[in-house]
Amino acid sequence: MSLNANGARPRRHTVVAIVEDKPGVLQRVAGLFRRRGFNIESLAVGHSEFAGLSRMTIIVDGAGAPVEQVQKQLYKLVDVVKVNDLTSEDAVERELALLKVRCNNVNRHELLEIAGVFRADVVDMATGSLVLQAVGDADKINGLIRMCEPYGIRELSRTGVIAMTRGQKTTTVHESEPEAIARVHQSQGRRVESAELPFSSD
Amino acid sequence: MVRMTGSQILLECLQREGADTIFGYPGGVVLPLYDTLPQFPAIRHVLVRHEQGAAHMADGFARASGRTGVCLATSGPGATNLVTGIATSFLDSTPMVAITGNVARTLLGKDGFQEADITGITQPITKHNYLVMRAENIAMAVREAFHIARTGRPGPVHVDIPKDVFQEEAEFEWPDELSLRGYRPTTRGHAGMIRRAAEAINAAERPIVIAGHGVVWGEATDELVALAEKADIPVITTFLGIGGFPETHPLSYGFLGMHGMYHANMAADEADVVVGIGMRFDDRAMGRFSDFNPGATIVHIDIDPAEIGKNLPTAVPVVGDVKRVLPDLAERLEARDRSPWLRWIDGVREEHPSLEIRETRRLIPQQIIRALYEETEGRAVLATGVGQHQMWAGQHYFYDSPRKLISSGGLGTMGFELPAAIGAQIAVPDAEVWAICGDAGFQMTMQELAVCVDERLPVRIAIMNNGYLGMVRQWQELFYDENFVSVAVTQPDFRALAAAYGIPALRVETRAEVLPAIREARATDGPILIDFHVDQEENVWPMVPAGASLAETIEAPAKELAR
Repeated sequence: MSLNANGARPRRHTVVAIVEDKPGVLQRVAGLFRRRGFNIESLAVGHSEFAGLSRMTIIVDGAGAPVEQVQKQLYKLVDVVKVNDLTSEDAVERELALLKVRCNNVNRHELLEIAGVFRADVVDMATGSLVLQAVGDADKINGLIRMCEPYGIRELSRTGVIAMTRGQKTTTVHESEPEAIARVHQSQGRRVESAELPFSSD
Repeated sequence: MVRMTGSQILLECLQREGADTIFGYPGGVVLPLYDTLPQFPAIRHVLVRHEQGAAHMADGFARASGRTGVCLATSGPGATNLVTGIATSFLDSTPMVAITGNVARTLLGKDGFQEADITGITQPITKHNYLVMRAENIAMAVREAFHIARTGRPGPVHVDIPKDVFQEEAEFEWPDELSLRGYRPTTRGHAGMIRRAAEAINAAERPIVIAGHGVVWGEATDELVALAEKADIPVITTFLGIGGFPETHPLSYGFLGMHGMYHANMAADEADVVVGIGMRFDDRAMGRFSDFNPGATIVHIDIDPAEIGKNLPTAVPVVGDVKRVLPDLAERLEARDRSPWLRWIDGVREEHPSLEIRETRRLIPQQIIRALYEETEGRAVLATGVGQHQMWAGQHYFYDSPRKLISSGGLGTMGFELPAAIGAQIAVPDAEVWAICGDAGFQMTMQELAVCVDERLPVRIAIMNNGYLGMVRQWQELFYDENFVSVAVTQPDFRALAAAYGIPALRVETRAEVLPAIREARATDGPILIDFHVDQEENVWPMVPAGASLAETIEAPAKELAR
């Protein structure tokens, strides 16, 4: 069990899972969290360095359950190949956010100044609003949001955190599947082009 | 390579996996499969009367024989009817492969006739599941399904196949090789942990082993006996662990839990080292977690790492297959004489006998179970439902070998008894199989009587008929101020019901009739039903009230003993 500087169990955990890229795997993971009462703060999924494997970064609120149980339960899913808790690792955590903020000719320059401080890019500008794109850890995004709130945030979209350890250490799978088996696994549960199929409701 | 239809591939694969029996029920989308069945005469198809029965039969088949049970249903309602049986198998970790048909691929997701998202439904109650979208993928899915179902911690695996995949042709190739990089059960225990476990046990004055279902499924009875004898450690079991350690062995102290033996509960509470083997520290066995023997050092040996520390803090975890771990552990244990500790438990057992059957003129189920034990010399297989009769069947019959008590301990599925007994009788044709039924649970699955007739199965059906949902009545009496609500059950005349199926039946109303009825049933070639009209208000003792700790086990009150 990893402890933080105060000797307390950290509340927020960053769990990375490498999973088979198949239909239904997201539901399996989400269903597991719901069923066991683990709280997800954010979940981000995308391709990993290998075809056929996806990488999930899950921010877990550890107040609900010990994160050790979260890891073990994830491992029980056949489609989950590897799980790592990066909370106590030296890791980079990043999130991307888009904010549409209300503005006018008078206060636009103030907003641009705030964006500059947070190194947020302006990706759209209109007479009554602008869209900022910010990348950073959760603290930085939260800071930008707080600063923009007085102007009026019309829309906010966050990707959820993704994470990676610094240095040589990796969260990766070193085992590739034989080609024939990989072909079966990757087509498992996937819809076949419907044009190929006969229609049969009898 | 040979070109075959999806149906042929499926049946060929089942045959290669050693599945010679399928419990199933046909329907629209599995018609192509049923059409192909006659081409595989080595596969016996048992036609059930409700798909729930098919799942329980496959489960009973597995529990009685150790082999993987197979059930089959059509899409939609057929598939959803399997759900209770799959969940029963999941909570008790038994190997099962459930196969369902689904609507044709072009219709999936269109809410067509008899479509249900059955893989979505079974996902949280299976070890793994598959939706097979190409005939060429069936072989690998079936191969993996059996592998996953019967290795590691066993469990049900569900394979869903759309109708037109059964009809599609593909090259058949048996996959010699398996590769599941996300599924690698740990079988060998960590040497350092085994050493620490041995140190803890060697240092113990009052160690106790709690053996669970994992000892049965790990086939580790001999290894457990050797370990217990070497270190002189008393062994108690969980309810599902019954038979995993021979109950007539001098070191056997029965089972613990809500209706476990008084001395077993006290011993678990008094021990200084508790060694859980192939069990999961379930609430029904352990009582209130926060008050389970706070002073004890817990050593936990199980094949599923997620069970370690799930319910109780574990001092020494050993993840591995008990059959491999126990000899390694026993080797490091000191031969010890622990007679003071054993005599202490013996003393509790003498002062608080849990298994004494009192003298009474009433016909009580305890007498019936004990009489059955004596008549069958402990050699019968008992499949039970859930409730009072289940607990009495656990208490008053003594099981000297595994796979003799077949019961839904985890999910607590009423109606399990008759179909499970049928599955057991088919798996082990020479066994004497008794379905020990409650009158209420029996009515949940009694349509399967027809299967006993169809398949000419000599299942002996004993109904403990008290006219009540007995366990619910007991709780209403004890914990709800005798406010009896919806517990009195109207029954059919079970003798007439059996007669309607052409099954002979007896009615027993007095003590004197018990033995002759059991003897007649044992002598009958074919199914027979005995309707035991037992005392209506008998309660199961001892009892740990819900939410109490094992130390708070209560025994039968004096007024009940005087009845």
